[in-house]
Amino acid sequence: MTDTLTRPTPSGSPGPSPAPQRRLRASSSTKALLWPVLALVVLLVVNVVATPSFFDIRLQDGHLFGPLVDIARNSAPVMLVALGMTLVIATRGIDLSVGAIAAIAGAVACVHMAGSSAEGAFATAAVGCFTALAVCLVLGLWNGFLVSVVGIQPIIATLVLMVAGRGLAQLITDGQITTVNNDSFSNLASGFVLAVPLATVVAVAVVALTALVVRRTALGMLVESVGINPEASRLAGVRSRTIIWTVYVFSGLCAGLAGLIIAANTRSVNANSLGLFIELDAILAVVIGGTSLAGGRFSILGTVVGAVFITTLTRTVVNVGIPSEANYLFKALVVVAVCLLQSPRARAAFRVRRVRPAAPTSAPTSKAGLA
Amino acid sequence: MSTATLPTTGPSAWDRVRSYTPSSKYYPVLATTALFIGMFGIGSLRFEGFGDPQVFLSLLLDNSFLIVLAVGMTFVILTGGIDLSVGSVVALSTMIAAKTLEMGWSPYLAIVAVLAAGTLLGLLMGLLIHYFDIQPFIATLAGMFLARGLCYIISIEAIPIRDQTFSDWAFKTVNLPGGYYIGYTSVIALLTVAVAVWVLARTRFGRTVYAIGGSESSALLMGLKVASTKVGVYVISGFCAALGGLLFALYTLSGYSLNAVGMELDAIAAVVIGGTLLTGGRGLVIGSLVGVLVLGIIQTFISFDGTLSSWWTRIVIGLLVLVFVVIQRVATRRQS
Amino acid sequence: MTTTDTDPQTDGAAAPRPAPDTAPSAGVPVVEMQGISITFGAVRALDQVSLRLFPGEVHALMGENGAGKSTMIKALTGVYTIDSGRIVVGGEQVEFGTPAASQAAGISTVYQEVNLVTNLTVAENMMLGREPRRFGGINTRAMNRKAGETLQRLGLDVDPASVLGDHPIAVQQLVAIARAVDVEARVLILDEPTSSLDADEVAKLFEVMRTLRDDGVAIVFVSHFLDQIYEISDRMTILRNGRLVEERMVSETSQLELVKLMIGRELEALEQIDREVAATDSADTGAPVMKVLGLSRKGSLETTDLELHEGEVVGLAGLLGSGRTELARLLFGADTADTGEVQFRSERRRLRSPRHAIDRKVAFSSEDRKAEGVIGDLTVADNMLLALQASRGWLRPIPQSTRTTLVQEYIEKLDIRPADPQALMRNLSGGNQQKVLLARWLITQPEVLILDEPTRGIDIGAKAQIQATVADLARQGLSVVFISAELEEVLRLSDRLVVMRDRRKIAERRNDGLSVSDVLEIIAGEARQDQEAHPRD
Repeated sequence: MTDTLTRPTPSGSPGPSPAPQRRLRASSSTKALLWPVLALVVLLVVNVVATPSFFDIRLQDGHLFGPLVDIARNSAPVMLVALGMTLVIATRGIDLSVGAIAAIAGAVACVHMAGSSAEGAFATAAVGCFTALAVCLVLGLWNGFLVSVVGIQPIIATLVLMVAGRGLAQLITDGQITTVNNDSFSNLASGFVLAVPLATVVAVAVVALTALVVRRTALGMLVESVGINPEASRLAGVRSRTIIWTVYVFSGLCAGLAGLIIAANTRSVNANSLGLFIELDAILAVVIGGTSLAGGRFSILGTVVGAVFITTLTRTVVNVGIPSEANYLFKALVVVAVCLLQSPRARAAFRVRRVRPAAPTSAPTSKAGLA
Repeated sequence: MSTATLPTTGPSAWDRVRSYTPSSKYYPVLATTALFIGMFGIGSLRFEGFGDPQVFLSLLLDNSFLIVLAVGMTFVILTGGIDLSVGSVVALSTMIAAKTLEMGWSPYLAIVAVLAAGTLLGLLMGLLIHYFDIQPFIATLAGMFLARGLCYIISIEAIPIRDQTFSDWAFKTVNLPGGYYIGYTSVIALLTVAVAVWVLARTRFGRTVYAIGGSESSALLMGLKVASTKVGVYVISGFCAALGGLLFALYTLSGYSLNAVGMELDAIAAVVIGGTLLTGGRGLVIGSLVGVLVLGIIQTFISFDGTLSSWWTRIVIGLLVLVFVVIQRVATRRQS
Repeated sequence: MTTTDTDPQTDGAAAPRPAPDTAPSAGVPVVEMQGISITFGAVRALDQVSLRLFPGEVHALMGENGAGKSTMIKALTGVYTIDSGRIVVGGEQVEFGTPAASQAAGISTVYQEVNLVTNLTVAENMMLGREPRRFGGINTRAMNRKAGETLQRLGLDVDPASVLGDHPIAVQQLVAIARAVDVEARVLILDEPTSSLDADEVAKLFEVMRTLRDDGVAIVFVSHFLDQIYEISDRMTILRNGRLVEERMVSETSQLELVKLMIGRELEALEQIDREVAATDSADTGAPVMKVLGLSRKGSLETTDLELHEGEVVGLAGLLGSGRTELARLLFGADTADTGEVQFRSERRRLRSPRHAIDRKVAFSSEDRKAEGVIGDLTVADNMLLALQASRGWLRPIPQSTRTTLVQEYIEKLDIRPADPQALMRNLSGGNQQKVLLARWLITQPEVLILDEPTRGIDIGAKAQIQATVADLARQGLSVVFISAELEEVLRLSDRLVVMRDRRKIAERRNDGLSVSDVLEIIAGEARQDQEAHPRD
């Protein structure tokens, strides 16, 4: 994902200072990842102190087990949702409806399987999942339509589906908690591939594929361009409507996949609670990962770290003996801390206290870092 | 709309009545009111007992907390902001009330504690939003997490309220002519609406709220008190959420961490359906009141019907929000 | 606190002051700004500039882009703090830390963008923050009456209770002025209030300005329209590049003189340069590639025709606000025209978005490099390839090898520094950013290239390179529209010159040795006086 940033310039390039420029950027992109990674490390250290066996991973029946494996598995849904959210936020948007979409996806898949004559068959699970994703695609199209064609602010446009979506999910499940007995389906959450949890494999694969598509096609560049300077992009002929529409569709699909994993984990769907607050966790993951809510440059790797951080945080709270529900409190602190770190005004306020640098631009400090 | 001429000689009272057309700012509220009356009418025709005025009065009772929340939310949305924390603050308020009463505090002291907590939280969010340029969405998200987290710190289990004074308030009613009655909580909600109407229409603070929603930079250049007003609306919303929480505690006579999950969405929906522009600057508290009543009557409708399932409430609310948002969009686009 | 509802101003309205004579300098200045300097970082925005304002005069503040007009205004309104110099208001030296302090001293400002809130009523907009109150609440009736009185005093027929947004911009502008004078302003600053008004609306505005002037208010007037300046102003101060050029009586200055003062440079020196560059052989131009018929847009351009040919550079000359930028934007579809069609080689259509123009091989580099060109957080390579990539769509990325070659080619061709495709755009100097933007369009291989102020604010070396590139491109058959505030630059490059003024095309000349003074005369228009008509050699 960040490879385009650090890819060396062609060797033949002349010019006075390409090398320092390149290193300067590399350092700034690692710097962006520094805080989330550092925070994650701190959390892990806290865990090890509380439970020395925290890093233990054992192989049992060819499957990996241990707290770290649990974290890897549990972070899959929020990672997927946050992945879609990253692209949406990069275009200066937001998608509040992902939780509702996840619930709908779970509902569609489970109701299909529960109603099928061959409830346990792999094909049933596959058809159910693909139907669910197709529905999510439509919902994403709907959000994208409201934002890019009708021109409603993203936060308001996606609010509509956020409000109505859970009602739709209940409509599909007829208000029941639908349970399914389909091993192929529940493997999505609890199965293993080559000793690694399947959910993790799916999430990582989608992340990797997205990173590849985003950086190998021009999508990433155009998304960032629209997010950084919409007017300049318009004058350069960027079809921002298509771009924006695409990211909402993608976000819908990611949310749907996350919903399937969550439903598979409980082997059931509760339209009221599936994916509740996941939109907030996802936004939090994106923000922690260093993508600004103001849009523009995004970091998929950062989002991954952010998602893992949030899952680890939940785990840590339990691990150190605080009731798990209190993790909201810590999330609140993290939100405030991250926002203050990103807020130019807060930074300026802190900077004033320090010794004033010779020139206020960032360039000299970075150069100093090279020396 | 053409520029009306300045009246040089005052028109007669009759002229004024005859030529009265409501100002365009009342259109959305009138539309919502018409919607409400229409639904009430259809309900009365279809179901026996629906048309009973007591049904209307119990709408006020059952939604008193939501009315108060929507009032606070209206202030925030009028400045172009949003407050996601209100649902959690309601839960926190019920918890604080229940816990302090359980600890033997006087009910009055408990009320003060609840209102102070909500107001303080609102103040903190307002300061974050204004002085650190943090988007309202994200700052109140932090507030939401914080309040919910504090609930669990107080207790994970539900705490019943057994205080006699509280129970008295909860069941006390004001009798109206014709054998009808209205609960104390409804009276408080309506009083809140009245105060808010006055503040928004008749005080400099209120007019500044509208000015900020119209254009914050213009408001600054006009020398208005933008900072204190912007922080102020979150303080008001925090206070209203706490007050709404008290009413909710009276309604359920217990405190529970999982109370009011997603209630912020209902409050936002009520404000939008009440005709307030989500981008700020236009809207009336009265509209939000009618918005809450519309939400309430949808529920009443569904419960009278018996065959419709409860989730239709959400779907219909979503559709109404959509319709209002699209109409707003079309209206503002035509203006610009 | 204005709790009273009588307006002291109306009491004396029965006996209006006699109109001041043409030279109101007899009195004492209400504002004196002396030797004002303001520096931003390394840029000296104002250098020892002075300004005097007398009661009862309309004072025009004149200057081209970057002359320092708006900095001067912001110094007076307390938005900027001054580095040196002093401001004297009513005989007392003052220091304005905030806009509020300046307003309290009786200095009110109305900006080009109406800074009111359209969702409130006219009266509320006029009285916000100082509404009359009764029983602790705002007394709406008293507020409407008071606002109505002020409006009436200015001769404005507007219902105070109507919503501001329901009125046209012109009325909003006038309401803004009414608000400004209602604070008992001694000085009223009007920063380009007329730029979006039509003739009738301007006449109305001038009526109000005259009323205020006769009441003894000192009005600072900024406008790009010379005719308006001559119609309403008594005195003017001319700035150039952050320095004071001269203070003059309007009646004693011809339009030609004014234009020369604003644009600067000694004429002799200019013509010297002209002769050197006169080598520009106006070769026969090729087939027309683009032709516009009756292009217009309310508030920015009156009906204009234009024809562009292969291998020809068309220069657009005119002052700021003359319609030169507006025409360029309409040619590209950056703004949508109200009327008029564009004829390309094969088809004829209306341009509704930049894409329409880009698909027909038109390219446009905006004058506002930062807001409308540069994608600061992307790399040089991405910025360069943006337009090409945009027209291919995101699914068809430019192959890596092509990317590398193209970027490398243009970095070398245009000598972009640092020669690092992966450098972040925002870290480049203005000149290099401009070259990247030029490359962005050249990569798309356009047939028509519209360059709006491509050399503004960049160093001399980069400027020369860009000029050379433009000339070279035209030689290769590209049709170029070139806009610059610097006439000599326009003349040097253009084969044909289109002169704009007051949103109209007023002349179109083949550039067979036109001199700067020729162009100045055209711009100055009617105000041709014998002693200034330099005979051409």
